[in-house]
Amino acid sequence: MRLRTPAATRNLGGLSLAALTVVTLTACGAQVDSPGADASAATGTTCVDTSGDTVKIGFLNSLSGTMAISEQTVHDSLQLAAAEINADGGVLGKELEIVTEDGQSEPTVFAEKATKLITSDCVAAVFGGWTSASRKAMLPVFESQDSLLFYPVQYEGLEASPNIFYTGATTNQQIVPALDYLAEQGVESLFLVGSDYVFPRTANKIINAYAAAHDIDVVGEEYAPLGHTDFSTIVNKVKSADADAVFNTLNGDSNVAFFKEYSNAGLSPDEMPVLSVSIAEEEIGGIGVENVKGQLTAWNYYQTVDTPENAAFVEAFQAEYGEDRVTSDPMEAAYDSLYLWKGMVEKAESFAVADVQEAADGVSFDAPEGIVTVNGDNHHIAKTALIGRIGDDGLIHTEWSSEEPIEPDPFLEGYDWAQDLS
Amino acid sequence: MDILLNQLFAGLSLGSVLLLAALGLALTFGQMGVINMAHGEFMMAGAYTAFVVQGVIGSAGVSLLVALPVGFVVGGVLGLVLEATLIHRMYHRPLDTLLVTWGVALVLQQVARDVFGAPNVDVTAPEWLSGAVTVGGIALPKTRLFILAVAIVCVATLSVALRSTPLGRRIRAVVQNRDLAEASGISSRGTDRLTFFIGSGLAGIAGVALTLLGSIGPTLGTNYIVDAFLVVVAGGIGQIKGTVIAATALGLMQAFFEYSTTASVAKVLVFVVIVAFLQVRPQGLVTVRTRSLV
Repeated sequence: MRLRTPAATRNLGGLSLAALTVVTLTACGAQVDSPGADASAATGTTCVDTSGDTVKIGFLNSLSGTMAISEQTVHDSLQLAAAEINADGGVLGKELEIVTEDGQSEPTVFAEKATKLITSDCVAAVFGGWTSASRKAMLPVFESQDSLLFYPVQYEGLEASPNIFYTGATTNQQIVPALDYLAEQGVESLFLVGSDYVFPRTANKIINAYAAAHDIDVVGEEYAPLGHTDFSTIVNKVKSADADAVFNTLNGDSNVAFFKEYSNAGLSPDEMPVLSVSIAEEEIGGIGVENVKGQLTAWNYYQTVDTPENAAFVEAFQAEYGEDRVTSDPMEAAYDSLYLWKGMVEKAESFAVADVQEAADGVSFDAPEGIVTVNGDNHHIAKTALIGRIGDDGLIHTEWSSEEPIEPDPFLEGYDWAQDLS
Repeated sequence: MDILLNQLFAGLSLGSVLLLAALGLALTFGQMGVINMAHGEFMMAGAYTAFVVQGVIGSAGVSLLVALPVGFVVGGVLGLVLEATLIHRMYHRPLDTLLVTWGVALVLQQVARDVFGAPNVDVTAPEWLSGAVTVGGIALPKTRLFILAVAIVCVATLSVALRSTPLGRRIRAVVQNRDLAEASGISSRGTDRLTFFIGSGLAGIAGVALTLLGSIGPTLGTNYIVDAFLVVVAGGIGQIKGTVIAATALGLMQAFFEYSTTASVAKVLVFVVIVAFLQVRPQGLVTVRTRSLV
């Protein structure tokens, strides 16, 4: 959509080249003082300045475009975490200085802005991204520039980069527990509904493998293009298939149209519950509580989670952004990510990427969702899985919990039935 | 058999949604030749109107009925302002109109985001529209029946107005031969404005109706604008009858293709059918027969 003329591209290229040169020239003066920094300095790109009283970090969320709806909330909770950390004395005694960039809901812009944050703003770490497409676009940037990205959203797994920390759930902390829960409830047939892109298709591959190994019939599998708003046909198919439950991986606005159609067609959570993995507190208001109450969700955090940390988090968030705001899983995962980074930096006593990576393993945080711990091998975090039911109040109430944190297994190596997947 | 009837209804219902979205466009694009990319945003404005009206009135049952005329006026006034400030300056430069109105569309989306916030909002459907009517074993959701009714009323009113009111005659005269109409004492300026008001107002009504199906967000209109243009082009420019037939056909095709394949494939198939159809009949389904040489 947004075309750039070749001339402009050349200009931009020239500019960033110039910026890069300036950066490399000035970088020597204020190099991070640690052994790890030498290694990254060899690539000639690290220009993080920690000589002063402040350290820069980057927030990269879509503040415009179709994803702004979701990513703005993540941005808000990142800002909250930064303000809290600064009020508490900063990280290693240095105040956090936030550089905000807008990813504009375009993966290519995410990659462009990530490069800018790393090479010209010289941030110590970047927090953000939402869609898998944006993460996949940024991954090569963070790997080639040897910088750090903290990605706060549940995703389809099958990835582990040394330069990315995944603070949302991977499949074995969300989808697999959800299937365990359904199987426990005696569900013998499933209908899969999803948006037509990488996350739902990968998720459904996993669900199919699980179902085959656990005597569950998958009686239908339907995909709707992103932004699809007419679900009468799909709901007709769901209705005539008459499964025990529906597993929903739709994303964004489509959920609204789907659930309105679902309840209008006379289907109810009692006879055919829908378990969703992309609907959090934030989305319920948009769908309308009356259309989704009683349906199930799978996440690792709900606003109703009963921990003192969560009470403080919700109170601080609503004090900052308004009483009517809700908190959701991705927001909480983003909030955690900043504290986890702080923990890693303080353990390493250094802001250098190599030191942080080295120190990451075992760093934990008393998060609103409960304790979360970084896994040093795959850079995911151990989280507790929660199945929730949407209540009349528009909040989600925990129905089932894995009780303790589940170790992340992004490639599902610990599951026999998943061996043929990747 | 049930499923066939179900799909038949799904198709008709989708057709009525497309028709509502395209009806205003049939006037502004079809009759006046203005490519208004902001048409979808007028629908969005109508949808937000429904949201605001519900906030003011409170009762869901009454607010929907109030929102329909209010949405018409809001959409219409937006259209009128756009016509008076920008579009009338470029009646003979369709490409410029396309770009300018697209820019206006982006501005309106951002305004909506700033005023109502980035998260989508929802209008509660009235009690009397919840659930479904069961006819011969198939469940017809009441919201969809209501939209069907709104579409029928709009088409009927519009065709009667075009055919037998003085205003309708003026509009048709200006569409068919602007110079001759002016020579006969018709103010083409005034007629243009009124046509644009009505066309944009219909978009507002469509927006109000859509709140029954989905949520309300700044990009609501972009989901419908392409399909709406498709309907008008396939239906034949300048004819309401063609728009009605094309919308119904498109809705039915989408529903039946989707049932036998998937939603994505169905979209592709519908596009293929339309492209093939326009190869055979580039002027669309129904055209105005005139003796003019152009």
